[in-house]
Amino acid sequence: MKYLDEFSDPDLAAKLIAEIKAITTRRWAIMEVCGGQTHSIIRHGIDQLLPEQIEMIHGPGCPVCVTPLEIIDKALDIAARPGVVFCSFGDMLRVPGSDEDLFGIKSRGGDVRVVYSPLDALTIAKANPDKQVVFFGIGFETTAPANAMTVFQAKRQGVENFSLLVSHVLVPPAVAAIMESPVCRVQAFLAAGHVCSVMGTDEYPPLCERYRVPIVVTGFEPLDILEGIRRTVAQLESGRHELENAYTRAVCAEGNPAAKRMLADVFEVTDRAWRGIGTIPSSGWRLSPAYRDYDAEHRFSVTGIHTEESKVCRSGEVLQGLIKPHECEAFGGQCTPRNPLGATMVSSEGACAAYYLYRRLEVTSV
Amino acid sequence: MCLAVPGRILRVEDRDGTLMSVVDFGGVQKEVCLQYVPDADVGEYVVVHVGFAIQRLDEESAMRTLAEFEHLGVLAEEFGDGFEIAARQAGVTP
Repeated sequence: MKYLDEFSDPDLAAKLIAEIKAITTRRWAIMEVCGGQTHSIIRHGIDQLLPEQIEMIHGPGCPVCVTPLEIIDKALDIAARPGVVFCSFGDMLRVPGSDEDLFGIKSRGGDVRVVYSPLDALTIAKANPDKQVVFFGIGFETTAPANAMTVFQAKRQGVENFSLLVSHVLVPPAVAAIMESPVCRVQAFLAAGHVCSVMGTDEYPPLCERYRVPIVVTGFEPLDILEGIRRTVAQLESGRHELENAYTRAVCAEGNPAAKRMLADVFEVTDRAWRGIGTIPSSGWRLSPAYRDYDAEHRFSVTGIHTEESKVCRSGEVLQGLIKPHECEAFGGQCTPRNPLGATMVSSEGACAAYYLYRRLEVTSV
Repeated sequence: MCLAVPGRILRVEDRDGTLMSVVDFGGVQKEVCLQYVPDADVGEYVVVHVGFAIQRLDEESAMRTLAEFEHLGVLAEEFGDGFEIAARQAGVTP
């Protein structure tokens, strides 16, 4: 119980843990989809506070981690060109491509800039009409509305030197792919709260039904996660498989209608490769035909990409919940946040980085 | 980047036909687009992700979350200099 006093309300945390213990009668494997939840679980030792029968499997919901290597290599190619200002969220700087990363491009003189919002990249484009300004548009449904609005504004304001390198991914098809996998051990899901803040919850009941799996929309703070787990175990123990919303303060069933309208206008569904996992049908968004002129992949023809992953990195198995990070031979030795072999060691939402930050002393001594 | 942080709307303005605002996140102020939560007023709390409000939030929940994030050092990472954070991680001077 060494972490319990770090909870904002230790009494409530203890009560939730006691309730989970009281209702658990057998082994259950629950996947938290979102990397932010993984970080919180490992940081607070939530998995170690749970009854021994409950296993938390870490899911693929870290957008930095699943952005395909080919797109990273395309980003590096574009960012290295003269006359290009390449804008990105800070998390992408050190994600390894086949040969290097954006941080390396910057240190060799490339104009790589970190922005807080994609709208900042549009502002840079307006201030630098002689440059091509590209924004690296990655992320799940939570981030997509920001990128959609930015492209919409670029078109509306006629900012023709702006383009988006798009690699959006979607949660529900990933849940389906995980359940379809012949090696799937997942029996229930904590769904990502802020994805549902945007998209609502309508996409999940059919998944609960088809795969007979409970899905509980869950927030990111430690107490939110405990409550999500408590509700999930209650469903599992009573043989139910329903959608529940344990994050009602930020999620309503219909989501954000204005954001959904913008997404439907700017993007269209496409098959998407997930780094370490492979292609999942209809699991991403790309720009719709009306906005295709703003697609950096069309504007900059990048050819001759030959991707090459690290031969020892097992981040794909980590992302699918097949192994825990410290079961990879490279973990903590060859592969550290300073010298990451895989994207899961870079992002603070990556499972490997979370284990390295909070668990490496424990796991290497096992 | 994946984080969504609650903040309080300080000002609202129309800029080039886009509804923008200044939002306070426990002392850090950022420009935030309000197009997706257009009826949010000054003084109200919204959940903000990469410079966009995506939902409203009640004050009590917002204050609790902000206190938690500050305690965990999450706000420094979210609003800090991306290059400095990456350089620190890489073990080099930016």
